[in-house]
Amino acid sequence: MSEQTLFKVTVDGITIEVPAGTTILQAARQIGGEVAPPAMCYYSKLKGSGGKCRTCLVEVSKGSEKDPRPMPKLVASCRTTVMDGMEVKNITSDKVIDARAGVVEFLLLNHPLDCPICDQAGECHLQDLSFDHGKSKTRFEFQKRTFKKHDLGKNIQLHMTRCILCYRCVFTADQLTNKRVHGILDRGDHAEIATHIEKSLDNEFIGNVIDVCPVGALTDKTFRFKNRVWFLKPMDAHRDCPTCSGRVTLWNRGDEVFRVTARKDEWGEIEDTPDGKPGWICNTCRFDKKEASDWVIEGPREISRASVISQGHYAGKIGTTKPTETFLAVNGGRAPHLLMDIHDESEVNKPTIHLGKIQGPSHGDTFENKTESA
Amino acid sequence: MGVKLLLDKANVPGIRTYEVYRREGGYRAVEKALKEMTTDAIVEEVKKSGLRGRGGAGFPTGMKWSFIAKPEGVPRHLVCNADESEPGTFKDRYLMEFLPHLLIEGLIISSFALGSNDTYIYIRGEYAWIPDILEEAIEEAKAAGWLGKNILGTGFDCNIHVQRGGGAYICGEETALIESLEGKRGNPRIKPPFPAIQGLWMRPTVVNNVETLAAVVPIINMGGEEYAKIGVGKSTGTKLISACGNINKPGVYEIDMTITVEEFIYSDEYCGGIKDGKKLKACIPGGSSVPILPANLLLTTAKGEPRYMNYESLSDGGFATGSMLGSGGFIVLDEDQCIVKNTYTLARFYRHESCGQCSPCREGTGWMEKILQKIETGKGEMSDIDLLWDIQRKIEGNTICPLGDAASWPVAAAIRHFRDEFEWHVKNPELAQTSNFGLQHYADPIHVPA
Repeated sequence: MSEQTLFKVTVDGITIEVPAGTTILQAARQIGGEVAPPAMCYYSKLKGSGGKCRTCLVEVSKGSEKDPRPMPKLVASCRTTVMDGMEVKNITSDKVIDARAGVVEFLLLNHPLDCPICDQAGECHLQDLSFDHGKSKTRFEFQKRTFKKHDLGKNIQLHMTRCILCYRCVFTADQLTNKRVHGILDRGDHAEIATHIEKSLDNEFIGNVIDVCPVGALTDKTFRFKNRVWFLKPMDAHRDCPTCSGRVTLWNRGDEVFRVTARKDEWGEIEDTPDGKPGWICNTCRFDKKEASDWVIEGPREISRASVISQGHYAGKIGTTKPTETFLAVNGGRAPHLLMDIHDESEVNKPTIHLGKIQGPSHGDTFENKTESA
Repeated sequence: MGVKLLLDKANVPGIRTYEVYRREGGYRAVEKALKEMTTDAIVEEVKKSGLRGRGGAGFPTGMKWSFIAKPEGVPRHLVCNADESEPGTFKDRYLMEFLPHLLIEGLIISSFALGSNDTYIYIRGEYAWIPDILEEAIEEAKAAGWLGKNILGTGFDCNIHVQRGGGAYICGEETALIESLEGKRGNPRIKPPFPAIQGLWMRPTVVNNVETLAAVVPIINMGGEEYAKIGVGKSTGTKLISACGNINKPGVYEIDMTITVEEFIYSDEYCGGIKDGKKLKACIPGGSSVPILPANLLLTTAKGEPRYMNYESLSDGGFATGSMLGSGGFIVLDEDQCIVKNTYTLARFYRHESCGQCSPCREGTGWMEKILQKIETGKGEMSDIDLLWDIQRKIEGNTICPLGDAASWPVAAAIRHFRDEFEWHVKNPELAQTSNFGLQHYADPIHVPA
């Protein structure tokens, strides 16, 4: 390979050099932190994914050095490649914030919000997204849509009401298995993931759809209602597997293995194995090897971005050059203001109120004009 | 009488058959193009003609043709978009049903110009009887040597295949059409790459509307410059308008884009006035997805000048006071029509036809429909109108394909121009079930010709 052409691209005032052909999203992820747009449907390990959820919309304020015209519409950063000298606005653009709030509202419109009973809770990208960009109230006052239940097979549980139709599981089945047996039926807001024949998902690698699912639509039946993810301790482990790399994360409580997943990176995507291939794991590793003695434990795992276990923010991708500028420095000390202020939403959380002094079930009136006396 | 280029022979008995069509001067353009012109000369002629895509977007056809990539050894394709599903638009059906050979003639010339040896007509599933007509015409053309191998001894091979769709509006979007043609689910692709680079089976492809391809025939016959003299400004040539709604003479009309909207609605040559002597209330001038205009803004622009039936004049004033020529589906609403109900009907259509691929359109169209239903059935609140406005604003421009825009424009325009009617519905829920808002909308009387 000859010398790669490097393109200079600026995201939210931070400049970075990336190889030609990189998408805006990947460039922003290299910078890391707040400037990386959220992505619900894009999955770098799956060819053809992305462009559908519209959460990663960004404003291109300067097309390139040669053609500095801005792009007329917001573009999906996961599917738009960078040009030399391109300037992108992510969270510094009001248009982007507005559109993204709209997209989050649309994604949550028919979502059941059953997080308390959802196995994905705690590592759900939709939870993260709505916490970062969503509103605390809904404007939707109609009945949410429901679907006829489909049984996909003995290992995979489908909750169609939670699905955001990211198509990741469709791409996974297309690219990892020799024959895809599930897909999207119907169209519009009644489109659903389903199979033509019940209980037919039995390919040796089909379990990976659970890992790619950004929400709780596809979950592990062997882990169903067993535990909450934040009570579990993730451990890197491996075994000598004849079908896959055998490199997994075990989710333990004490010595008990509750769940086995592939190793995920900070963006919630499958990590590469040392030979550079995506570390997809087989069904045997995922569903059948639930004894600690099946595995060689390597040590505790750093928690991925999409997990409640690790709160706060994340560093950029390992092994790439980090820009020296910081967000605060280039934006004149303006801190990224995306997280909703919890004190606006719930009076109970006001720091001025001493929780011990609240008597019985309280409501908003308790705190009206009484904050000082309480 | 205006100039007629496409429908001039439509009333000749038996024009659907090859013999009559040929006797009336048909296939002269193919002879001229294949024998006397180079492919580049044909593209140049189409560029000169100023022909704009008749499917709705109005993109210059010659320019679209010149974008097609020509890598060595990769076949190219021409696809005729006959998935005419826009409510109010039925011009292509008329053309294919009564003048199938005109389309085939246009297809042969265009295929030659673009180097497409396999050309496809993608026709909507609901047009159940038309594929038979087209296939019969293709057989006749083949028997007469206009299709097949080595046409007219030029060494150019061309076959036309008719493919029926499954009945989905979204498959009229060019990349969804290509996906469907490949046998996949009709989801629009994410662009770039554009079809001119990677289209059907990842080969360079041009997708054109039926009427656009038919218009290539008169362009070759009379020359691009002559064609450009018809019409006005950048709206050259003739356009088929399918008029429907509360008018005396619904049907497909060929206009030369120099007539006013007023003339089109009220003259006996075209729509023949509003039915039962009623008054004009509003009109959707270019198929259901373009903004609706109230009568006063329809007949004259915001500047007070008369509005003409062409691309520029109809879009004068932008979306604030204008609309679009679109695909030419001219829907007229008289004083007894309810705008809320009309908007609800359209919202229901777009909700049903959204492919469900990207979230704003999938969820937003359903939400808008529910709110409009709520207002229409007398349960609406004032805040719902602002909410509708906010929803359409968040769909528009944020979707993969133009269906999101098409779903939000009618809602936006209805609220923009008829907000008082929406408010009246909210304030008088019971009255709105039995009576109509009528023309109270207009503060000053509209000029309506006798």
